[in-house]
Amino acid sequence: MEPTTKIHIENLNVYAGKQQILKNINIEIPKNKITVILGPSGCGKTTLLKCMNRLTDLYPELKVTGKVMINDKNVLEAGEDIVKLRQYMGLLSQRPYPLPMTIYNNIAFGLKLKGVKKRRNLHKQVVRYLQQANLWDEVKNRLREPASRLSIGQQQRLCLARGLAVNPEIILADEPTSALDPISSQYIEEKFVELKNDYTIVLVTHVLRQARRIADFVVFMYLGEVIEQGTVEEVFGNPKMEKTKQYLGGTFN
Amino acid sequence: MKYSGKIEEKVFKILMVIATYSILAVLAIIIYSIFAKGIKALSWEILSQVPQGGYYYGKGGGILNAILGSLSLAFGATLLAFIVGLPVALYINVFLVRRKKLITLFRFILDLVWGIPSIVYGAFGFSMMILLGLQTSLLAGMLTVTLFILPIMIRSMDEILQTVPIGLSEATYSLGANKSELAFKIFTRQTVSGIITAILLSFGRAIGDAASVLFTAGYTDNLPNSLMEPVATLPLSIFFQLSSPVPAVQDRAYASALVLTLIILLVSLFSRGLGKRYHKTKINF
Ligand SMILES: Nc1ncnc2c1ncn2[C@@H]1O[C@H](COP(=O)(O)OP(=O)(O)O)[C@@H](O)[C@H]1O
Ligand SMILES: [Mg+2]
Repeated sequence: MEPTTKIHIENLNVYAGKQQILKNINIEIPKNKITVILGPSGCGKTTLLKCMNRLTDLYPELKVTGKVMINDKNVLEAGEDIVKLRQYMGLLSQRPYPLPMTIYNNIAFGLKLKGVKKRRNLHKQVVRYLQQANLWDEVKNRLREPASRLSIGQQQRLCLARGLAVNPEIILADEPTSALDPISSQYIEEKFVELKNDYTIVLVTHVLRQARRIADFVVFMYLGEVIEQGTVEEVFGNPKMEKTKQYLGGTFN
Repeated sequence: MKYSGKIEEKVFKILMVIATYSILAVLAIIIYSIFAKGIKALSWEILSQVPQGGYYYGKGGGILNAILGSLSLAFGATLLAFIVGLPVALYINVFLVRRKKLITLFRFILDLVWGIPSIVYGAFGFSMMILLGLQTSLLAGMLTVTLFILPIMIRSMDEILQTVPIGLSEATYSLGANKSELAFKIFTRQTVSGIITAILLSFGRAIGDAASVLFTAGYTDNLPNSLMEPVATLPLSIFFQLSSPVPAVQDRAYASALVLTLIILLVSLFSRGLGKRYHKTKINF
């Protein structure tokens, strides 16, 4: 069965002044799979991810051309509805950024933006998403504490819960385990595998083993270009391009 | 070459040390003389009464008119400057992120008007009053001082807002928030203690300035009772008492200066404490 495409990226170019950060990117990201974007530091993975929910808007020096199609809408040409479009995509960044409010309100914030108003309903959903992110047992007695008091691993799970609470279809994750201890990392990885039944997941990483463990599809990038993309078996088992072989073989320079 | 460089360095170091310690010494002398002369004349009477007839020639009474006048004027001006300034600072940092040049221009202009001496604000306020046919009053003084502290308020909040990490904006947008929600719900919360510091800093400037209230707030021996009436202020009260030929009244001027200094000291200590707490919580994540 052919997987259906969830995100369709066409001729995407990103410039920062004279420097070209992303060069003619064409990617199909399949629905309900984990697509891993793999590549050495500085190859443009984060920038690619930021194009998908147009956080590139925050960087005036970046110029973006091309198409990022999600649900038949070009994210790059969306007007005011970009605010709503972003709710299709939960974001998990390299470092957790809890909102400057209580643990409870970190989850409730997005729910309120979605129009959940009734207190009982709000509470029910906060509990549900904290449970889904395996955080409930650790925080159920401290919901009114500031989120910044949690450990980094807990904060990252809070950010996951917060992202899931706005009910996205896609999860964008930018090296979400790089700041975490091994146990928290393993938890996030396992969670992703579980979540892919309901979500389309785009995971950026430079950790080969992580990619091998959980990827369905792999996009290998180098210096702003997509070198190779395909299923994890294709790219890891039988890489076609020289650069990919070097990177996977660890003889990369 | 090498040798002369060393001598130069030594000379500069000595000059720096001399400059630093002589400034500290001058500050110490000022504070000492205010305390030494002021503490003698400081009494419950001076704090709790308004000037009686002939106060400036040695009769009884106090400076409650100026204390309450200064507090209400500075409080009002700070409140107004905050109400206007916070949205401006948020606008610069959240709405204008894509307009780097415009932001630079705004900051440049604000820094420029920050540097304008307060007597110019006083003169401007005075000419506006003439234009509108207004008398010296608490309101006129308040509005003039508001203008005077506005650049201080905006720029110090602006500096604090710039410390909000871009990752937090990204996280907030990705939850579906718009710019106003990011500005008023996230930026303000993230920087709350820094914003309070900016408010206290502005308050300190507002209460200590004489030139901006000289032509605009007027002076009176009565307690402030209406926005449209003249109001006494501590800096002017100090000035009038110091101009008295009677030594005892001059001592009262020092007592008034002591009161003003203590108010400013308290405010600045308070904002320091908040600043410390702010940095602590920032390291937290
Ligand atoms: N806002 C920006 N302005 C200028 N250059 C940038 C900007 N963002 C990223 N870059 C550059 O683009 C390249 C790719 O960055 P990034 O997408 O962060 O790579 P990765 O996430 O793969 O490490 C880097 O060389 C980086 O310096
Ligand atoms: Mg990156």
